[in-house]
Amino acid sequence: MVDTILFIIFAIVAIVSGFSLVLQKHPISSALSLIGVMGSLAVLYLLLGAEFLAMAQMIVYGGAVMVLFIFVIMLLNARAEKGTTKSWFAQIAGLPLLLCLLAVLGFLIRAVLPPLRKVEFGSWVGGTAEHVGQLLFTTYLLPFEVISILILIAILGAVVLAQRELD
Amino acid sequence: MNFFIVSLIKIVLVFAIFMTTLAYLQWVERKVLAHIQSRTGPLRVGPHGLMQPLADVFKLLTKEDLLPPYVNRFFYVLAPFIAVCLALISISIIPFGPEIDVGGTRTYMQISDVNVGILFILAISAVSVYGVALAGWSSNNKYSLMGALRSSAQMISYELPLTLVIVCPLLLANHLSLRAIADSQAGYYLGFIPRWSIFQMPFPQIFGFLIFMIAAFAETNRLPFDLPEAENELVAGFHTEYSSMKFACFFMSEYANMVTITCVATLLFLGGWHPLFPAPYSNWVPTAVFLFTAFACFFQAIRPARKHDQYTFPAFGIGFLILAALWAVPPFQSILVPIFWFAGKVAFLLFTYIWVRGTLPRFRYDQLMHFAWTFLFPCALLNLLLTALFVAVF
Repeated sequence: MVDTILFIIFAIVAIVSGFSLVLQKHPISSALSLIGVMGSLAVLYLLLGAEFLAMAQMIVYGGAVMVLFIFVIMLLNARAEKGTTKSWFAQIAGLPLLLCLLAVLGFLIRAVLPPLRKVEFGSWVGGTAEHVGQLLFTTYLLPFEVISILILIAILGAVVLAQRELD
Repeated sequence: MNFFIVSLIKIVLVFAIFMTTLAYLQWVERKVLAHIQSRTGPLRVGPHGLMQPLADVFKLLTKEDLLPPYVNRFFYVLAPFIAVCLALISISIIPFGPEIDVGGTRTYMQISDVNVGILFILAISAVSVYGVALAGWSSNNKYSLMGALRSSAQMISYELPLTLVIVCPLLLANHLSLRAIADSQAGYYLGFIPRWSIFQMPFPQIFGFLIFMIAAFAETNRLPFDLPEAENELVAGFHTEYSSMKFACFFMSEYANMVTITCVATLLFLGGWHPLFPAPYSNWVPTAVFLFTAFACFFQAIRPARKHDQYTFPAFGIGFLILAALWAVPPFQSILVPIFWFAGKVAFLLFTYIWVRGTLPRFRYDQLMHFAWTFLFPCALLNLLLTALFVAVF
């Protein structure tokens, strides 16, 4: 009962923040809406029993990544964006095309993905740090290591580029 | 229903004690700093300025709440709210003692035992930078913005060594829940060396503890790392434009962060509520400490430095005698002794905070960053590698 109420509240928060992210004019407001989305997603993970994932979401996305976003926005002193006068094509066909896209996406998801079961809150127990760690170091060891090397390469690339700017 | 009532009582108790601690921490800080600098500190309000925190709260509440016309209103009002909420939330998962039995009801001395406790603390500290960043940006003032930028950069940089050294006690304890981590440090080597993380075999975490404390100073924006509010460069940093209760929110969040991070340091490195001596002796340490303090008070009252001291010091002495008696009653000891040890360790670390503030000058900004990335980060990494190696081999 409490699970369902919390789910409804945070699902609504996530959707509203998502819309606000797109509709806000100012970059800072958009970034903060994105934090709202991340935070409510973390609560949804928590409701499903994935406590480690929820905390990782808050630390990595809610904390580190978004702080860097906001840091850059403040540093560049970005102003509110000016609305451009929309073309007549976008004004007329925008909404119908959006609805078409959503319909096609919905159809594809239903057709491609296997039928989904009903979610029972609290029935799944594979979300603890032990479970995640075990999976990362046994079943998914190769992808995990490959991603680590990929991230390392990205870091080295960033350092090289920054160094070139300095010289 | 029983769980609900017990939780409610615990929340009220923790909230009341936490708020009082925050108010009086500020009094202690002013007193200790004053004595370090050969001053007397607050003396006017109440005996030895003991009513000063109350007076400060009234002053802050009754000041005019200014809303400058040039600020971004929504975020300007939101920022202190975010800062204080996130600062106060972490205390809810800190365990203060073992499982206790009050009139047949067994309960933890903790509001709730989260099994990813330490990750929760890290998540909250990762998000809490938004309070400062938004305050600085929305104030629309270049000094505030500089303060906020410095603070964001500093908190991101020092979060790395902080997280790396937090991993080491986790490797020793093999658990993420704060209660389990503290309980893994119970017991003694050879009957007298406590198994706290800083002494624990196979790799004592003394360096880890030092790195943690240095990074904690930077995370809480305290001297010598208080660049975000450096008075001589930035007026007051990110909270320059704030007044009245909104300023009090930032003030409170700073002290709340200090208390929380010292609690975490105690739990991770200093064994939580587990005493320094084995149980038969350690149960009488609180009584001995309070008795000693009481006699020190009486001794001071014989030769009063000021006229009213001959009345106030005996009163304090009697207070400490009552405390000593309370801690000597065996039925209370199972509850009070762990609290004494926990509070004692936290108080020692908080005293260190103030001591350092009274001793060290402020870093320059480039020194601060240089120190984090070229010294503290490699040290933390080396510490982690060595700990992992020793844990794996032995």
